[in-house]
Parts: sequence; structure tokens; C-alpha cells
Amino acid sequence: MNPPHIQATILIIIIPLMSSYAIPLLGWRWKRSAYFIALTAIGASLVCSLILLSTVLTQGTIHYHLGGWLPPWGIEYVIDPLNGFMGVVVCTISFLVTLSSKKSVEKELPEKKVRFYTIYLLLFTGLMGIVVTGDVFNLYVFLEIASLSAYALIAIGEDGAPLASFNYIIMGTIGACFYLLGVGYLYIVTGSLNMADLAKLLPPLYDSKVVLIALAFFLIGTAIKMGLFPLHVWLPDAYTYAPSAVSSFIAPLMTKVMAYILIRILFTVFKPSYVIEVVPVASILSWIAAVAIIAGSILALAQRDLKRMLAYSSVSQIGYIVLGIGLANKMGLIGAYLHILNHAFMKGCLFSVAGALMYRTGRRNIFQLHTIHRKMPFTMGALVIGALSMIGIPPTAGFFSKWYLILGSIEAQNWVFVAVILASSLLNALYFFRVIENVYFEVSQGGLKEEPAGDPVREVPLSMLAPIILLAAGILLLGLYNERIISGILVLALPRGF
Amino acid sequence: MIDSMMSKYNYWMYIILMMIGFYAMIGKKNLIKKLIGMNIFQTAIILYYISIGVKKGGTVPVLMEGLPRAADYVNPLPHVLMLTAIVVSVSTTGVALAVILLIYRRYKTLEEDEILKSIR
Repeated sequence: MNPPHIQATILIIIIPLMSSYAIPLLGWRWKRSAYFIALTAIGASLVCSLILLSTVLTQGTIHYHLGGWLPPWGIEYVIDPLNGFMGVVVCTISFLVTLSSKKSVEKELPEKKVRFYTIYLLLFTGLMGIVVTGDVFNLYVFLEIASLSAYALIAIGEDGAPLASFNYIIMGTIGACFYLLGVGYLYIVTGSLNMADLAKLLPPLYDSKVVLIALAFFLIGTAIKMGLFPLHVWLPDAYTYAPSAVSSFIAPLMTKVMAYILIRILFTVFKPSYVIEVVPVASILSWIAAVAIIAGSILALAQRDLKRMLAYSSVSQIGYIVLGIGLANKMGLIGAYLHILNHAFMKGCLFSVAGALMYRTGRRNIFQLHTIHRKMPFTMGALVIGALSMIGIPPTAGFFSKWYLILGSIEAQNWVFVAVILASSLLNALYFFRVIENVYFEVSQGGLKEEPAGDPVREVPLSMLAPIILLAAGILLLGLYNERIISGILVLALPRGF
Repeated sequence: MIDSMMSKYNYWMYIILMMIGFYAMIGKKNLIKKLIGMNIFQTAIILYYISIGVKKGGTVPVLMEGLPRAADYVNPLPHVLMLTAIVVSVSTTGVALAVILLIYRRYKTLEEDEILKSIR
């Protein structure tokens, strides 16, 4: 019999999975229950993930063998510090975003509430599954669970959403299929699917072309899935047209979890020495990332739609994470890990603010928001904190991840990357101050002169406001306590050899 | 060259099929044709996996009298993996068809360029 903290490894998946089946059963009779079941399930997963993280930090890596089958034959769930950290990030953000989704789902999708939360929980299950599993094929299955639910959730959005979703299906399937091919190539040469086992079997085979091709397939697959420039074409439309509750859930988490897959493949399945020295994959990745950072920022500058601007800024932020991974030194990787956490909070906060604006005004055009801070002071305060963090102003979290990325670039003696990060901070400042300017000052014509029909514009209800405030407070706290997070968790999460 | 192509013809078949599917997904304007391309793409990968489990002279992987060695049986694991992949492929097709239905109801067409014209 396993002790309870080990059972948490499987419960983190089982609870949301089973709850997602309970929602249509109970929701058929009691429609209001859907939201509460979803929230309770994600809350329970959050508790499990916290237990797991604290156990991992004190007692070392947890192994859970499904059905008692020993690896490499059976599927194994492995929690190491990196997993535990990712699990807590995904659960925390999901919990806060779900908390805020109640009113906006009631307003935007009144008839589809029950079905919405069913798929929503499946998406959460998929993301958590990717995080906890230690088996490359099991990861593919969870990847598809998460992607399929994301396609469905995006498709229920407004005009343009179905086509955005269809393009995402096509691109996402290509990505997942490439990942599957990578798994197949590794299986041909090693006959194993377990990550730890693969890491043991692969080093003697590093000269083999098959292994090289497998790595190439993994890279392309995950790059498509996380929207790394120039494979990002599905991302802006999908984020823009999705319902606000969905975009504030998918935007902070989906691409981060895909970046986590990339880290796992590069540094757990393959050895860091292989991706740095034998094949210069890491340096190629970091150059692509540098292009992504600048291109994403410039594209964001050209947008008038708030959600689309945030989506393009996601493209550039994914660049930061991949840059950190590609630098492949201690500071760079810490920067990447920290940016996964920070960016999840920042994008969660900013997309929730965009959702709140949609809820009260129905507008997303940046130039139609003027003097809205008088009506919604707290929401706009959160927007400012999120924006400052995206730019990288010191007490906020965004500064510190950029700081570590710059340290990593200096350690790698690559001054181009330092210049890229600084230039992109300036571009971030440009496009976020444009928003802040329009919100706080009367610069543009045609603001909220005519009130939308129905409710007058005022502060959003507490169930929406509280999570936004919490996310904004989180950004500040993560900035203030970043040293403790890094020395307590992230240093332990570095792959061996750093 | 020809010899290596003939001895590994299964890989060449899967690459050809995959590229046909890839072309349809990228090059075609009609959404249903894109979806068919996606199916060909996924099927190519399934065929590839099945072909790597084959052994010359191997038989059904059920333990039989007089055949004690693992080498006498084909490798069943790729088949099992592909059972899952087939389920995934079916559900992807299902979701895609539902989305296509949604698109058709909204725009009354399935040609991508016409839809883009009516969105703008």
C-alpha cells in the first residue's frame, strides 16, 4: 500500500478526469452544479500538486507505477522538482482562472455551460497528464486529450472562431503526428518508451542518424504546438476568437506546458551534452527564439485588438522561454523556468482583464477604451501591473526572468541576445504604454461616449475581480520572492550536469 | 540505392503517403479536402508503426506450444500503440467534422478563400 502523498500522483489526474464525466450527469439535472464541480476538482488537484511539490523537495523524486507494472514495461508517473513545480503552476493558474470564469461563461455561453465545463476539465486533465507522466507515448495521449478539448473550446467562440479552430486542428495534428513519429523512431532503435529508460539506452546510439531524425521530429512537433515563430500562425486567431474564459485559460497554460515537453525531451530523454555538443540543436533553437522575440513584438505593435495584441505578445514571450532553453546554461535555464511561471501569471492576469472588459463593455479595440479607469479602477490597476511586468519594470516578476535570461546570454558570451532582450523590452513598452495611455488619458476620439445597451459600465462582479486582483498580486509577490523560488525549487529542477 | 529502397520499401511507402497528406493539408483550399489530407497523414504514421512490428516468419503474438522464443512472434506493442492512435485519429476527425459543420452553417461554403472574404 502506497503512502497518501504517493497516491496524490495519480489522484491529480483521476479527480479531474472523473469529475468531467460527473458534470454532464449531474449538470443534466442541476445546471448550476457544473461550475462548482469543475472548481472543486481543480481545487483538489491544486492540493495534490502542493503535497507533491513539498514531498519532492524534502524526500526526492516520486515514482508511481500504474497498475503495479514495473517500468520500462508499465507506464510510470514520475514527479521530480521540475514536474512538481510545473504541476503547481498549472493548478494555481487554472484554479484562479476557473474562479473568474463563472460570470463570463454565463454571459457568453448561457446555453452551453454544462458542456463547456465538461470539456474544460478534460483540457485540464490533459495538461496535468502531460506534466506528471514519465512515458513518451502516454505523453502523446495526454497531448491529444488536451489539444482535442482546446480545439472544441476555441470553436464555440464568436465569428471567425470555427475557422481559427479548424486551422488549429490542422496545425496541431501535424505537430502531434511529428511528435508521434519521433517516438516511433526512438522505439525502433531502443525498444523502449519510458523516459528514464530511454535516457539510459540512448547514449551509445548518439551516432545513429535515426536518433538525430527522432530529435528533429520532436523539435518540429513541439515547436508547432507551442507556437514558436514562424510556426505560430494558428495562435493569434485561436486566442482572439475564443470565448474570454477559454483564452484566459489556454493562453497562459497550453504553450507553457508544450515548452515543458521540449525541456523534457531535450534534457531528460536526450542528454544535455547531445543537444549542445554533438548536434548544435540548442544554439539553433536560441537563434530561432531571438527572431521570435523581435518578430512577435513587432507584430503585436501592429494590432488594434487587445486580445490579438496579447496573442502576438505570447509569440514573443514563448521566444524568451525557448531562448532560455537554447542557451542551455544554468542562468539561461533558470530564466526559462522562471519565465514559464511569470508568464503564466502575467498572461493569465492580462487575458482575464481582457475578459472583464469584454464582459462589461463588449469591446476589445484598444482605441475605444479611453478613460475607462474611472469605471473599472481595480481591473485597470491589474492591467497596469501586468503590463509593467511584461515590460520588465523591477519590482514585478517579469523583470527577474529577463534579468536571468540576460545573465545567461552574458555567460554564453552572446551579446546579440542581450541586445535582442533589451530591444524587445523597449518594443513591449511601446505597445503596452499605448494601451495604458488609451485607458487613462483622453487621447483618442470615440471612447465610451455611447454606453453599451443594458448595464452601465462599472466594476466587474467580485467573482471576476478577486482572481484578477490575486493574479496581479501574484505578479508582485513572485517578483519580491523570486530569490526564494529559485534557490528553493528551480535550482533543484535543473537537469543533471548544470 | 535501388537495393536499399527495395529492402526498406515500407518506409518509402509511408513517406510517400505522408507527403500526399501533407500536400492536401497545406495546398488545398477546400476544408473537407484538408481533412482528408489529415486522415491520410495520420494513416501513414499508423502504417509505419505497424510495419516496424513485422518479423519474417513471425506469427500471431499468442503463446503457442512449440514456439518458446520471442523471435517467433511479431512484436505486438506497435499494434497496441496504434490502437490508441486510431482512437485519437477518429476523435480528431470527429471534432474536425463538427467544426466544419459549424463553419458551413455560418458561412454557407467550405472554400477557405470565400470564408476569409466574408469574415473581412
